[in-house]
Amino acid sequence: MAELIARSAFQGLLPLRFGNVEAVEVMAATITSVSPFRGQETKVSKALEKAVGVPFPDAGRVIARDDVRAIWTGMGQCFVLGADPGPLPGAAVTDQTDAWGALAIEGTDARAVLARLVPIDLRPDVFAVGHAARTLFGHMACVLTREAGDRYGIMVFRSMAGSAAHELEGAMRKVAARERLQ
Amino acid sequence: MQIDCPFCGARDIREFTYLGHETYIHRPADEAWSDAWNDYLHNRENPAGMTRDLWFHGSGCGAWLVVTRNTVTHEITGVELAREASRHAG
Repeated sequence: MAELIARSAFQGLLPLRFGNVEAVEVMAATITSVSPFRGQETKVSKALEKAVGVPFPDAGRVIARDDVRAIWTGMGQCFVLGADPGPLPGAAVTDQTDAWGALAIEGTDARAVLARLVPIDLRPDVFAVGHAARTLFGHMACVLTREAGDRYGIMVFRSMAGSAAHELEGAMRKVAARERLQ
Repeated sequence: MQIDCPFCGARDIREFTYLGHETYIHRPADEAWSDAWNDYLHNRENPAGMTRDLWFHGSGCGAWLVVTRNTVTHEITGVELAREASRHAG
């Protein structure tokens, strides 16, 4: 029997550190997408809260309790990270655990790095802690979250991990280079 | 140019894809060929002024939107979810 060795999405690509910004891979134990069918939103949200302790989040928001997070990921869809909700009557539920590469970027200039890659308003009072956005990371679709003042979470399709690390490294190098000039 | 998505707020044009006039959400009910089908498939106005188009927020929340805009000034005066626009139309 072959012994298979698990490879993480960003293995050999992260961590990266330039200037005051560091990017590290984040491993979620489980990622599950939950999409309530039309008219079932309230029922599914209650069932989800009963199953894993977090309800279905409002658009553009993250709800966290202990190690479980529910991230809004689009119209009528959220991702549950860190706990398997199991089957939820009235919703389409799919396992996404191996489909995404997740990383966290942290540091004083983390926002300046993201501003080179993400076309949304990242000002601290507009994209606040606990907010989530579906947007672009370079040319890739991503799930962006603000986890703390200078800390952001980024999820991209796992197949795009190499491109994401490449784009991120370029932006981090340029921001660090400007910082050195000051 | 930005479109004010009902879910995501004002977002850059690069997150959206254009389909065409909102005619596409008013599909004729009858299965047989008719002038209504001909209009649905082929005939469009080309206004200098207000028009209503379908846009897809594919690099965002995945919503289909009906955007009311002015082809002369590029001003956007309204954005609504296509499924609600469709429901209101019957």
